[in-house]
Amino acid sequence: MSTTESSVGIVSAQQALFDVPLDLACGKTLTSYQLIFETYGELNAAKSNAILICHALSGHHHAAGRYQPDDKSAGWWDSMIGPGKPIDTRRFFVVALNNLGGCHGSTGPSSINPATRQPWGSAFPVVTVPDWVTAQARLADRLGIDRWAAIIGGSLGGMQALQWSIDYPDRVANAIVIASAPKLSAQNIAFNDVARQAILTDPDFHGGDFYQQDAIPRRGLRLARMLGHITYLSDDGMGEKFGRMLRSGEYKFGYDVEFEIESYLRYQGDKFSDYFDANTYLLMTKALDYFDPAKDHGGDLVAALKKATANFLVASFTSDWRFSPLRSRELVQGLIAADKRVAYGEIESAHGHDAFLMTDQPYVDLMRAYLDRVAKEVAA
Amino acid sequence: MSQHSATTLRPDLRLIADWIPARARVLDLGCGDGALLAHLQSHKQVVGYGVEIDVGNIARCVTAGVNAVQGDLEAGLADFHDGSFDHVILSQTIQAMQHTEEILLEMLRVGREAIVTFPNFGFWENRWQILQGHMPVSETIPYQWYDTPNIHWCMLGDFEALCAKNGIGVLERVVMNEGRRIRFLPNLRGSLAFYRVARHA
Repeated sequence: MSTTESSVGIVSAQQALFDVPLDLACGKTLTSYQLIFETYGELNAAKSNAILICHALSGHHHAAGRYQPDDKSAGWWDSMIGPGKPIDTRRFFVVALNNLGGCHGSTGPSSINPATRQPWGSAFPVVTVPDWVTAQARLADRLGIDRWAAIIGGSLGGMQALQWSIDYPDRVANAIVIASAPKLSAQNIAFNDVARQAILTDPDFHGGDFYQQDAIPRRGLRLARMLGHITYLSDDGMGEKFGRMLRSGEYKFGYDVEFEIESYLRYQGDKFSDYFDANTYLLMTKALDYFDPAKDHGGDLVAALKKATANFLVASFTSDWRFSPLRSRELVQGLIAADKRVAYGEIESAHGHDAFLMTDQPYVDLMRAYLDRVAKEVAA
Repeated sequence: MSQHSATTLRPDLRLIADWIPARARVLDLGCGDGALLAHLQSHKQVVGYGVEIDVGNIARCVTAGVNAVQGDLEAGLADFHDGSFDHVILSQTIQAMQHTEEILLEMLRVGREAIVTFPNFGFWENRWQILQGHMPVSETIPYQWYDTPNIHWCMLGDFEALCAKNGIGVLERVVMNEGRRIRFLPNLRGSLAFYRVARHA
């Protein structure tokens, strides 16, 4: 796919350094850290047209456009962000960052710990969704953004949008929470733990300090990603794409790759283990597991949501079983009971959890309708 | 379109709107493109939510500035707490529902009052078409028998009997035809029935 006129075009990342200590939920403090981010579009004079994009488990700050004209692929949400697209960069100033603990340029386990001049590794503190939101708020301060026109995220990203609306009600006009949940179910945590066990038990993991050993726990990462991938697709979607297709057309009666689905999963796993950091994967899954904004309110989600003043768009996908529509409905019920303004779409899709990254027409239309309204609110 | 003026609102919706007091909490079941709720928000400052099965209509509600959640009324109103609305509206839909009695009970679980409207099967034109040997097709019933979504037809007395059976009282009834109120022989001369009902105290 070449760069089209609806692309933000060539982009580059920026760094922001913070030396005001950040107190984390785990009780530890990060004395200094950096966040890497990209922006698309122009901030208007009133600074009212800013949109924050929050990434999911394996995401990062490169959400749209390309670094080089011949980059094989564009940013991870290029289908949604760009001139004329639902998150229209002719109207909005879009900010996408890599969260703390990430492995794409923001301070994380693979960064150098200034105290030891060694990679943080196992010493990097566990970070939570509220921690990320605090760090994002500081980035907003740095960019001169008092109030986001919208904060948007899918999956773990949706949790950040929701947390923002509770922690900084005055700073979020709209929260768009896609394929997400107000907290994970036991089944969802279970999947995360199997993924973590794959990494933690890889002999190359070295208790998280594998950088100094010149090792990479590839097998663990690969298994974690393969498992994750299965849960991001729907049974029907997988069946449609791969069925029982064999690579060579016949059984080989061995354990090498035979079925196309095996080939696909192994390829995805290998690719992932080449660029993703094992400690970051562990951190991200823990952030998912711990997320539960109702916990501070005695488990009462409605009480937690009372503080929010944002308007909400909640969307889920019918074939998503990792973050099923029921989890989104749980949030919608809470929002209604808390008297919040909300629109909820339960979109017919065969793409499973991955649908939030896809372009099923009703999904795109709903996003476009909602963001048109946001643009009108801020006169963008 | 965030503004629906009283003049552009469909006549049957206008009548419903007249029944809603200012600042009420309103739930509109099968809210379509949100026209009624948008009108009530701008004219009566209501707090409104809509339920709609079609995602395209959810997007239209968003454009109209109306709260709307996608859902199937046949599955009940589990998204809404007991007694959380003043008025729950079901407009020209009850005759197309599988779970007719259940939805009526659900409406009065989540709301203090229910407003139900439906095409009156007892309307003389319908009776006339039946006498001629055909299922009725008219402005309020614009379907052939083989493609109609309407599965539970009733006349005024039938609906009132269902209410009575469930301890529900009729607070107000209006019957209309072609936008005019029918007071004389309503079950014969009225094509559209409007009921405001509540549980007996």
